[in-house]
Amino acid sequence: MIRLRRYAAVATLSLALAGAAIAASHVDPAVAEAIKTRQAHMKAYGAQLQILGGMAQDKVAYDATAAAAATLASLAATDQSAFWPQGSDTSVEGSKALPAIWVNIDDVIAKAGALQAATATLATAAGTDLDSLKAAFGPVGAACGACHQTYRQPNS
Amino acid sequence: MAKLIRWGAFLAVVAVGGGLWITRPMPLAPDTLTGVTGDPVAGAVTFAAAGCASCHAAPMAEADAMLTLAGGRAFASAFGTFYAPNISSDPTHGVGAWTDLQLASAIQRGVSDTGAHLYPAFPYTAYAKAEVQDVADLIAYMRTLPASDVPTVPHDVGFPFNIRASLGGWKLLFARPGWVVDGDLTAEQTRGRYLVEALGHCGECHTPRNALGGLQTGQWLRGAPNPSGEGRIPDITPARLTWSEGEIVEYLTSGFTPDFDTAGGEMAEVVKNTAKLPEADRAAIAAYLKVVGAES
Repeated sequence: MIRLRRYAAVATLSLALAGAAIAASHVDPAVAEAIKTRQAHMKAYGAQLQILGGMAQDKVAYDATAAAAATLASLAATDQSAFWPQGSDTSVEGSKALPAIWVNIDDVIAKAGALQAATATLATAAGTDLDSLKAAFGPVGAACGACHQTYRQPNS
Repeated sequence: MAKLIRWGAFLAVVAVGGGLWITRPMPLAPDTLTGVTGDPVAGAVTFAAAGCASCHAAPMAEADAMLTLAGGRAFASAFGTFYAPNISSDPTHGVGAWTDLQLASAIQRGVSDTGAHLYPAFPYTAYAKAEVQDVADLIAYMRTLPASDVPTVPHDVGFPFNIRASLGGWKLLFARPGWVVDGDLTAEQTRGRYLVEALGHCGECHTPRNALGGLQTGQWLRGAPNPSGEGRIPDITPARLTWSEGEIVEYLTSGFTPDFDTAGGEMAEVVKNTAKLPEADRAAIAAYLKVVGAES
């Protein structure tokens, strides 16, 4: 009888441990999807920055039409709240979003607002001439960096 | 027998006393600053190159508020948590009442105004390699910055690391004069070496440490675990940092990587500092980084 009870205890413990292991490795598909989506959004910024930055850094010839057609500002103005669900932080494999984002959400929103403002200014300046583009490009980098400084896990 | 014990005790006292004497705090020589006049305008550039505000500004301070060196920022480490002290010009809570020589001794020898060892979370082993003129300029500039009456937070460091006398032993082991990258360097690479190895103290994060917290200079700039526990600090030797010199300069100016990602974490703060340097200095850093590890 005692032996049986011991077996039962071991079995219960094993089940509990297995459950914990599954919970740790199991990622909510909606969270995984949100992380994928926001990373794609970030890459979209990168593609637009490549077009504008190439000109700002004198790597490619300035083209007013191409510069004016860049969609950085509309990307920044997109409502991304659905891409950042609670719990989609560094506890999830592949996410570099620090938990501080959800602690300081007002600051994050303020920084996103600063990015919107900087990209809106750049959108107006980009098609004007190269000097205007260059002047408006730096503040966009600063706005990107402001968030990455505090809220993204450093690269490995 | 009693005589033997007495002899033993005597020798033990001599050994401890000798050890303490060898590892005693050693401030700069009293005449170090004789005939040197600090220029606060040049000091502003040195201040940026040395990254002082990145650690000593109040936590979360931005823009001009970063010039109030109130301290308080926490630095986790394997030895405990260090808190950046108030080094503002406040005479009571800051260092406004310290003499220039006392400040220079803190910066270059890790010795406080009262003659105590300072913890090497403060990168004085790097600053020890700085030119006296630059240190004098830096001090002159710091005296122009605002005062803060925020009290310094004591470090939260456990035994035996809380015994400051032990830091003398640490300095003896790990505070080495001389440059890590040696050999024939161009004038530009030499300038870069000065900015990276001395003022910029880049090795403090980018070089791995041994169990006692000493830099493993044989692995110079080859990357290290982040003491905060979040991720790794990258290898920036040419083996891993394959960007062109122009791309490195761009990164140190705008924070943009070649594929338009941006600097993050502490490096974003470093870029704010390097952005304030003359373009030639950023180019010098890039030129130096290209020759790191070439000798091995």
